[in-house]
Amino acid sequence: MLCLVSSEEERRVRANDREYNEKFQYASNCIMTSKYNIVTFLPVNLFEQFQEVANTYFLFLLILQLIPQISSLSWFTTIVPLALVLSITAVKDATDDYFRHKSDNQVNNRQSQVLIRGLLQNEKWMNVRVGDVTKLENNQFVSADLLLLSSSEPHGLCYIETAELDGETNMKVRQSVSVTSELGNQNNLASFDGEVVCEPPNNKLDRFCGTLYWRDKKYTLTNQNMLLRGCVLRNTEACYGLVIFAGPDTKLMQNSGRTKFKRTSIDRLMNTLVLWIFGFLVCMGVILAVGNAVWEREVGSLFQSYLPWDPPVDNFLFSAFLAFWSYVIILNTVVPISLYVSVEVIRLGHSYFINWDQEMFCSQCNTAAEARTTTLNEELGQVEYIFSDKTGTLTQNIMSFNKLDFTPFNPLADPDFCFYDDTLLESVKVGDAHAHTFFRLLSLCHTVMSEEKSEGELVYKAQSPDEGALVTAARNFGFVFRSRTPGTITTTEMGRPVTYTLLAILDFNNIRKRMSVIVRNPEGRIRLYCKGADTVLLERLHPCNQELMNVTSDHLNEYAADGLRTLVLAYRDLSEDEWEAWSESHRCAEKAASCREDRMAAAYEQIEQDMMLLGATAIEDKLQEGVPETIAVLSLANIKIWVLTGDKQETAVNIGYSCKMLTDDMTEVFIISGHTVQSVRQELGSVSLSDCQSVCLSVCLSVCLSVCLSFALVINGHSLAHALEADMETEFVSTACACKAVICCRVTPLQKAQVVDVIKKHKKVVTLAIGDGANDVSMIKSAHIGVGISGQEGIQAVLASDYSFSQFRFLQRLLLVHGRWSYLRMCRFLCYFFYKNFAFTMVHFWFGFFCGFSAQTVYDQYFITLYNIVYTSLPVLAMGIFDQDVPDQRSLEYPKLYEPGQLNLLFNKREFFICIAQGIYTSVVLFFVPCAVLSDATQSTGVPLADYQTFAVTTATALVIVVSVQIALDTGFWTVINHVCVWGSLGSFFSIMFALHSQTLFKIFPNQFHFVGSAQSTLLQPVVWLTIALATAICIVPVLAFRFLKVDLKPQLSDTVRYTQLVRQKKRKPVGRNGRLGARGGSRRSGYAFAHQEGFGELITSGKNMRLSTMALATFASRHSSSWIDTLRRKKPTHTHCHTPPSASGASSPARSCVSGSVAPLSNSSSVLGGSQDTPIEEVTAQHTQTVPTLSTQTPPAAEAAAPQGSAQAVSAGVLTSAAVRPHGGDSPGGWTITLGAVQVSCCYTCINNSTSKIMLIDTTFLLSNRKLCLVGRLGPLHPTAPAHPLSPWKPARLSETFRMNRGITCSLLSITCLHTHAGCVACFAGEILRHREQTVSSLRFPTEASIISQINPNHRQ
Amino acid sequence: ERFKAGKSGPSARRPDNSAFKQQRLPAWSPMLTANTVLPFFYFMALSCMLLGVWLLLTVQSTQELKLDYTKAGSCDECFEIHNSASCRLFQGDVFFYYGLQNFHQNLRRYMDSRDDGQMVGRTTNLKNPSTYCEPFIKDQKGLPIAPCGAVANSVFNDSFTLSYHGGSSGPAVPVPLLRQGITWYTDKNIKYRNPKDGNMTLAQVFQGTAQPRYWQKPAYELDPRDPANNGFINDDLIVWMREAAFPNFKKLYGVLYRAKKPFIKGLPAGNYSVDVSYNFPVQHFRGRKQVVLTTVTWFGGQNHFLPIAYLITSCLTLLVAVVLTVAWCKFGKNGRNMEE
Repeated sequence: MLCLVSSEEERRVRANDREYNEKFQYASNCIMTSKYNIVTFLPVNLFEQFQEVANTYFLFLLILQLIPQISSLSWFTTIVPLALVLSITAVKDATDDYFRHKSDNQVNNRQSQVLIRGLLQNEKWMNVRVGDVTKLENNQFVSADLLLLSSSEPHGLCYIETAELDGETNMKVRQSVSVTSELGNQNNLASFDGEVVCEPPNNKLDRFCGTLYWRDKKYTLTNQNMLLRGCVLRNTEACYGLVIFAGPDTKLMQNSGRTKFKRTSIDRLMNTLVLWIFGFLVCMGVILAVGNAVWEREVGSLFQSYLPWDPPVDNFLFSAFLAFWSYVIILNTVVPISLYVSVEVIRLGHSYFINWDQEMFCSQCNTAAEARTTTLNEELGQVEYIFSDKTGTLTQNIMSFNKLDFTPFNPLADPDFCFYDDTLLESVKVGDAHAHTFFRLLSLCHTVMSEEKSEGELVYKAQSPDEGALVTAARNFGFVFRSRTPGTITTTEMGRPVTYTLLAILDFNNIRKRMSVIVRNPEGRIRLYCKGADTVLLERLHPCNQELMNVTSDHLNEYAADGLRTLVLAYRDLSEDEWEAWSESHRCAEKAASCREDRMAAAYEQIEQDMMLLGATAIEDKLQEGVPETIAVLSLANIKIWVLTGDKQETAVNIGYSCKMLTDDMTEVFIISGHTVQSVRQELGSVSLSDCQSVCLSVCLSVCLSVCLSFALVINGHSLAHALEADMETEFVSTACACKAVICCRVTPLQKAQVVDVIKKHKKVVTLAIGDGANDVSMIKSAHIGVGISGQEGIQAVLASDYSFSQFRFLQRLLLVHGRWSYLRMCRFLCYFFYKNFAFTMVHFWFGFFCGFSAQTVYDQYFITLYNIVYTSLPVLAMGIFDQDVPDQRSLEYPKLYEPGQLNLLFNKREFFICIAQGIYTSVVLFFVPCAVLSDATQSTGVPLADYQTFAVTTATALVIVVSVQIALDTGFWTVINHVCVWGSLGSFFSIMFALHSQTLFKIFPNQFHFVGSAQSTLLQPVVWLTIALATAICIVPVLAFRFLKVDLKPQLSDTVRYTQLVRQKKRKPVGRNGRLGARGGSRRSGYAFAHQEGFGELITSGKNMRLSTMALATFASRHSSSWIDTLRRKKPTHTHCHTPPSASGASSPARSCVSGSVAPLSNSSSVLGGSQDTPIEEVTAQHTQTVPTLSTQTPPAAEAAAPQGSAQAVSAGVLTSAAVRPHGGDSPGGWTITLGAVQVSCCYTCINNSTSKIMLIDTTFLLSNRKLCLVGRLGPLHPTAPAHPLSPWKPARLSETFRMNRGITCSLLSITCLHTHAGCVACFAGEILRHREQTVSSLRFPTEASIISQINPNHRQ
Repeated sequence: ERFKAGKSGPSARRPDNSAFKQQRLPAWSPMLTANTVLPFFYFMALSCMLLGVWLLLTVQSTQELKLDYTKAGSCDECFEIHNSASCRLFQGDVFFYYGLQNFHQNLRRYMDSRDDGQMVGRTTNLKNPSTYCEPFIKDQKGLPIAPCGAVANSVFNDSFTLSYHGGSSGPAVPVPLLRQGITWYTDKNIKYRNPKDGNMTLAQVFQGTAQPRYWQKPAYELDPRDPANNGFINDDLIVWMREAAFPNFKKLYGVLYRAKKPFIKGLPAGNYSVDVSYNFPVQHFRGRKQVVLTTVTWFGGQNHFLPIAYLITSCLTLLVAVVLTVAWCKFGKNGRNMEE
C-alpha cells in the first residue's frame, strides 16, 4: 500500500534497500522552487494573471465590447493595452522562473558519493534517495539529513559547522552510534541493513529521536548522531551517513518556511483604491443610466422618428440598462489598465539602479548589490523595523586580538595577523619575564587543537573564534602552541621547543566564566594558568595585586568603552603538596555519584584563589565596516533595529555594545531569560514596572517615556518561546517596542520568523530582515523585505532574499537613498497617474448630459486607445524612474528625510482623493470651456465649429497639453530623458493625430478613420488655440498657487528637515564627541563572552579526539572513554540552564551601574545650586509654578534658568531622571527643547506631590518634523506626606491652539498615566497617543533625543 | 550584461561609472520660488487681461440676428415678425445659418448610423451599406438606401429665401446667397465623393438604390440648378452630415453674395423677409428652429464667452497673485530660510 507523505506518522528507513524504501514514497532529494516548465508556462501563467482582479476585469470589459448594442468603443481600445500588460508580465515571470530553475539545477546537480551495490558512485544530489549510504569528505556540504554511521576519525566522531543552519560558526561534534562506527570500510557499510524508525519530518533543528534496529538490537538515536543538510564537514577526512530525510523533508528546508508572495503596502493600497474606483465607476454608470432612462422617456421616445430604438430595446428601462454597460466600457479608463504595467516598469528601473550602484559594490568580494525581487522597491522607503542577524551580518565573524595590557623573528607567525606594538615586541625580545608569562599563558590555557600537516604549517582548530584569536596572538609573539596529547602540551617558546605536562583542565562554563589549566613545566614547577571574565577573576586575586589591579581596571574600562571583549589573565604557582592535595579532592569530586557538578565546581573554586594578575586582553569581534555608523544613521531615520541571533546572550550583548545599539546612556538593559511562562511574564512585567516597585495605575507600555528613559531588552530564545505565545504576545510586543534596542539571542530560525511575524501582526509597519546564513532564511522570507548578505560562504540567504549585497553598511544606502527615492517616485507617479486618468475619463461623464446619455465618447477612439499607452505614458514613467527631490548625499546626511515614507505621507487615501479631485476639476474645465466656446463659434469662413469632430480634437489637444504641463510641474528633476519624453509625447500626439486624420488612411478604411481632415481644420483656428490656452490656464493656475503656498507657508517635511538638520548638524558634532567620552565611565562587559562550549576540556584530557597515531597515552584514553560523552550529555541541560536568574542578574548588573553613571552630572548640578535633601516641598512647587508660564509662553531664557534648578531639585529629591537641558541656539526648535527639559523636571516634581496635575511633554523631533506630540497626564500620589498641590496651568485645548498658531498644525494629545514611584524612583509614563493622522502609533520616534537631554552645561546658565 | 566580459580582477563586476547608471545625470531641478511664481502670475493676469479686452472689442464689432420660426409651421399663412433691434448695416460677409435646438445629432447610435464608405463613393458600399445604418439600410422593397443611415435620413430640408425690402417701399429684392463653398474643404474634396462607374451618369450609378425614407427626391437630384452639387457631394448634405457636438447648433445655409448693389458692403439696414418652405418637423420632440444672420471677424462669429472668460480668468489670477504676494511677504520667511 502506498502511504501518503502528508499523513506520515513515523518514518522507516532501511539502509541500502531502495526497493523497501520506495514503498513509502518519501520525497526525493530534488529541490524545486520554480513554478513553471515550458509546457505549463502559458496556461499556468495566464491562469495566475487572470487571478488578478484587474486583469479579469479587463477581460470582462473585452467581452462586453463584443456585444454590439453595448459596445460604445471598439474592441481594440481594451485588447491592445491588455495584451501589452499580459505579455510584459509574462516575460517578467518567465525570466524570474528561469533564474529559479538555474539555481535549483545548480543545487540539484551537486555531486555526492553514494554507495550503490557496494560501490561508491558519483551521484547528483537530486538522485540521492532516502536509505542511501553516502560518503562525505572534508569541507563538503551535507546533501541531506544523514544519520552518521562512521567516520574516519576515532570513535565515529566528526566535526561540523552549522553556520548555514543556525549561524553559529564554532564547530560542533557529532558521533555515530558505537555499533556503526565500527563499520570502517565500504564493504561493511554496503552490507549494513539496519532499519531506522524515527519521527516524521519536522523543523526542529536541535531534536531528533529515532531508533536503529540492527541485528535484533535496538539503539537509540538522538540529534547527536545526525548530520543535517546545510552543514559543512570540517576537520574530518571523511564520514559515511545514511540518508533519513531528503529534499523538502530536510530540516533545513522545513525551516525555510513557506514562500510567500510579497506585496508592498502601496500595492495593497492600490488594490483598495482600484476597488473604490470600481465602485465609483459603477456609481457613475448608475447615474448616467438613470439619466438615460429619463432622457429616453422624455425626449428619446419622441425623437424616434429620426432615430428609432434598436430592435431589442422596447422601453426606456432596457435602454438604460444597456447604457449602464456602455458607460462602464467608456469610463473603464478610470481604472487605468496600464497602471500595473507602468508600476512594474518603474520598479524594474529602480531595481536596475540598485544593481548599478557603484557605492553598493564591494570590491573585496567583487559583488555588486542585487535587487533579486523587482516588486518591492518602494517599500524600502517605508521600513520601520529591521531584524538583523548578528554573525556574518553585523560582524565579520573574525576575531582579532586587539589589545593587551601588562605593562618577528618568528618563522611560525600567521601571515594574516596584524597587531603592531613595537614596545611590546621589544619587551618580548629582551626577555621580560612578565611578558613571557603572559604569552605562555595564552599558548597553554585553552582547548584549541592543532594540526600540523607539514613543518611550519600550523592550523588551529578552535571551537570558538575568540580562543583562536588568543592562541594566534601568542603564536605571533613567539609562543607557539604546537601540539597536544591528553597529557602534554608542546609549545615553541621563542624558538625553543618546550613540553609541558598537562595536569588538569578546569573547564569553562557559563557560571564560572573562566577556565584554567594546571601544567608542570619541564623544570618540574607546577603552575595554574587562568583566564576569565574580569568580574569573577578580579575577586580571586592575591591582595598584593591591588596596584596592578587598579591600572588594569582602568584599561579594562577603556577597552570596554571601545566595545572590545576583555579577558583577565592570572596565574598561580602551586607547590607539589598543594597540587597533590587538590588533585585528590578533585578526583573525589569527579567520582562522586551525586552532585558531581557542584562538587567539581567547589573543587575548582578552591584552587583558583590567590592568583597573580598578569594582565588583560581585548578581543574585537570584528564588526563589518561601518556597522555602528549605519546603525546610528538608521536609527536617526527612526528605524528600529532588532538583533536576532543564535549566539549566546553574552556575545550578543557585547556586539550590541560594540555596534552602539546598546549604550551606557541607557537607563536599563532588561534581560529576560525565564524558562517558564510565569517567570517570563513576571520579567516582562518587571520591565514595565522597571525600578518603580509600585502598583501601576495603568500599564500600557506602548508609549514609554523614551524621551528621558531609554531601555533595551535582551531576551533569550527559550523565554522568547513563551513570550510569543498567544496570550503574552501583546505584552511582549508593547514592551519590546518601547525599548530602544532589542536583542534576541539563542533563537532558532523559526523563532526569528515568529518574531518578525508577531511584529507584522501587531504593528502595521514595514519590516526588513537582513541575514547571511540559512538560519535567516525563514526570517528573510517572512519579513516584508528580506536582505541577504552575499559574499559569505552560504548562498541560502541570498537565494531567499529580495535584495542582496555584501556589506551591512550598504543597507543605509539601500534604504535611505534607493528606498526613499523609489517611494517618492512611486507616490508621485501614482498621484499623477490617477489624476491624468480622471481628467481624461470624466469628460465623458459631463458629455453624457449633453448627448442624451447615449454613451457617446468625447474623443476619437484612437485617442482613447493611445492616450494611456502612448501620449501620456512616457513622461510619467520618466518621472517615476528618474525623479529626485534631494541628491543622494542629502538623504544620507539627513536621515529624517526618510520619515515621510514610514508615515506613508506621500501617497495615501487623502492624497488619492486630492488627485482625484484635481482630475475631476480638470475634466470639468476641459469639457465646459470648449463646450461654451465652440457651441457658438465659427471659423473665419463662417463654418460653425460646433461639430463633434472639432470638439473632440480640441478637447483631446487641451487634455494632452494640460496633463503635460502638469507632469512638467510634478517633475522635480529634469534630465535629458525627461525632456525627450515630455516633448516627445506632445510631438507624438500631434504627429499621430495628423496621421490618423490624414486622407491616406481614410481612403483605405473610410469607416475607421472618419476624422479625416479634422486635425488640420481645427488646429488652424485661432479660436481653438485660445480655447486650449484658456482651459490650460484655468486648470494650472490653482494648482500652481496651491503648490507655491504649500512650499512657501508649510514647507514639505523634506524641506524643513533639510533646513533644520543643517542647523542641527553643526551643533550635534560636539555632542557626539561628548557621548564618546561619557561612555568611558561605562560598565565593563567582559563576561568571558566566548562562543564557547564546555566539555572540550574533558574531550581533550580523555584523548578521545586524538588520532591513534598521535596518541601518546592510549591507556589514558581508554580509562575515560566511556564517561566523557555521557558527561557531556549530562551537562547539556545544565548548560542551557546557565541563563537562569543567577547569570541574568550578573549580566544586568552592569546596566544598573549605568544608571548611577547618569546621576553624575546631576549631582554635579545640585552641588552648584547647593540643593540639599531638606529642601521644603513648598519651595519645590514654587519653582515648579515658575516653570509653568515658561512653558506656555515659550521664553527660552526663563526656561533655561528654571530647568537646571528643577533638575537639581529633582536630584535632591532622589529622583533619578536625567532631566536636564542643553539649550539650542536662538532658533525656535531650541526653545522647544528647553521647554522639554523644564517639563521633565516638572514631571519629577509632581511625582513628589500628592496631587493630580497636568503635565505635558513636547518632543522636539515631533515639532521639527511637523508631527507634534504632547503628553497630558495625571500623576498619581507619590509622597505620603506631601500636601496636595493642584497644578493645571496648561489646558489641552490651549495647548493645541498654541501649536496651531505656531506651526500651522494641530498638535496631538497624549493622555498619559504616570506610574508613581517611591522617592528615588523613575517616573514611568504610559498611555496612548491620539494622533491626527491615522498612523499606527507604535512607539515614539525620537532616536537621539537622549542627546538633547544631556548633562547640564554650567556655562550655559551664565 | 551588467558584467563586462573583458574585465577581470577584483573589480570585474563593478558597475559602470556612467552618469546614467549612477543616477547623476545632469538635471535641472526647478523649485517653485517666489521669484519665479509671482512674476509668472502677474504676467498671466496681464496677458489674459489684454487678450480678453482685445477679443471683447473684436466681438463687439460683429453683428448677429436670430429669428425663431418654429411656430411658423403651425399657421397656414406667412409668419411675420418684426425685429427692430438692429438697424445697422451688416458689414462685410454676412452668413446665413439655420439653427436647431434640442436636436440630438450627437447620440451615439445616431452618429454611428452612417456609412462613410458609401459616402466616399465606394460602389460596393453603395449597394451594400454598412450594418451600422440599421434601420435605415433598406427600404420596404429591399433596395439599399443611398445615402443610408439615420443622419442622412434626417437631413434638414427647409429652404429659405431672404428678401430685402429696401430702405424705401420699393419692390422686394431677393438677397443673393451663395449656397456653395459652405463646407470644409476636406469634406467636399476628400470625405464625400460620388460613386463613379465608367461614363454613367449619376442617376445611372444610383440605379438600384432607394432614396432615404424622409427624402422627397433622390440624392442625384438634390440641386437641379447645378449638376455638380448632386449626390453625396451636395453641400447641404455635407453640412448636415458633419454632426454637431451639442443638441443646440447652427449650420451654414448660405453666404451673402456681394457682387451686386446694394449688397456690396454687406446687408444694408432695412426690412427683410424670409420665405421658408417648411418641411422639417421639430415640434414633436420639442425642438426649435432658427435662422441666424451674422457677420464674422478673424476670430469667427459673435462669441461673447471667450473674451469674458479671459477677463474673469485674468481678474482671478490677479487676485491669486496678490494673495500669494501678501502671503509670501507676511509668512514667507520660512521659505526664504529654507533656500539657503
